[in-house]
Amino acid sequence: MTVTLPPPPPAAPAREPAGRPEFVPGAPPPAPVLADVWRGITRENPVLVQFLGMCPTMAVTNTLANGVAMGTATLFVLVGSGLIVSLVAKYVAHEVRITSYILIIATFVTLADMILAATFPDISKALGPFMPLIVANCLLLGRAEAFAAKVGPVRAVADGVGMGLGFTLSLSLLSAIRELLGRGSLFGHNIFGPRFEPWVFMVMPPGGFLTLGIALLGLAFIIERRRRRAERAAA
Amino acid sequence: MSNLAWIFVSTLLVNNFTLVMFLGLCSFFGVTAKIETAWRLGLANTFVLLLTAVGAWTLNTYVLTRTPFLRTIAFIVVVASGVQIVEMAVKKHFPVLFRQLGIYLPLITTNCAILGLALFQTSRHYNLVESLVFAIGAGLGLTLALSLMASIRERIEVADVPVVARRMGLVLVVASCLSMAFMGFAGMGSAP
Repeated sequence: MTVTLPPPPPAAPAREPAGRPEFVPGAPPPAPVLADVWRGITRENPVLVQFLGMCPTMAVTNTLANGVAMGTATLFVLVGSGLIVSLVAKYVAHEVRITSYILIIATFVTLADMILAATFPDISKALGPFMPLIVANCLLLGRAEAFAAKVGPVRAVADGVGMGLGFTLSLSLLSAIRELLGRGSLFGHNIFGPRFEPWVFMVMPPGGFLTLGIALLGLAFIIERRRRRAERAAA
Repeated sequence: MSNLAWIFVSTLLVNNFTLVMFLGLCSFFGVTAKIETAWRLGLANTFVLLLTAVGAWTLNTYVLTRTPFLRTIAFIVVVASGVQIVEMAVKKHFPVLFRQLGIYLPLITTNCAILGLALFQTSRHYNLVESLVFAIGAGLGLTLALSLMASIRERIEVADVPVVARRMGLVLVVASCLSMAFMGFAGMGSAP
């Protein structure tokens, strides 16, 4: 017993300033909340920039409805788990934090799964095991550990909203491209008319890799061109 | 017996966990820079998959019969503790491998393939033997996909590709080609 007692006191004060650098209870959040939201959609976009949550990104983006449903469910879980994690983080022992966070996430995923099954049974059936698989989405544990546990509830929720919107927008974009080319429809409504020959490849697994690959190549092209322009302007 | 053989071939090739079902993509893109780490992580995954299959089957048959809504939470606890056991075993018996795998060993917890196996074996109503065969097939399929990807990426490293394709874009297009190759196995029949 005497051996285990000494470590906690130095650990606790060391974690307090490192864990919550800016947040003072009662004071307004130091960083602009909108910046936290915007960051998740653009510069730190979970799919297009950070490559987090790849499994749902590929597996469910074969129709736009599935993509939007998966994105919205993930947004809900991100906001809920972010809020709870930011509130309880300082009471959770360091050794069991990952397990605790994953249990909080799993609770919200179960909630989202039940809500979706009650409101949109068709989409819930189409997503199948990929709905409970949100638990294993690295994005959720990543945000809980890297951000929500270190800031106050307001910023944690803002970050959850931003990351969730960024995730939903990326999924919607990919699934819109895949459904449009692979089935000639959007949300199940026919767009190209009866003479369109569906490009079935796009709704099959390789089409998912290819769509994201081309999207990333396009993004890299834009970034590279912007960098070269800036270099030319500087020279 | 033919049923077991079919489950094995189906999860190994026709419905390969990574390239066709999109499970375990994080390690597929994250750990495939070197072939040695890739196949070793694949085998570590196989072991965790086996533990998970037994754990999930036991939970389903004896504990969660009346509370199916607790499945997600219960399974993730099984997975997390399974990973913990493997981590301790590897650290004690294979310290060199433990250092090589580093952060990716605990990260198996958030590998969708593990939780996915538990969920799929539940929704397909596999018995214990079928679950074990399913786990071996899935694990070897994962190892195969990781090794294939790693050997291709080692070649890409030394190739002269355009600046635009130096990052993940090209890797995803390569993955698409690999996945297309695996679609060829679909001719062997669809999943039971």
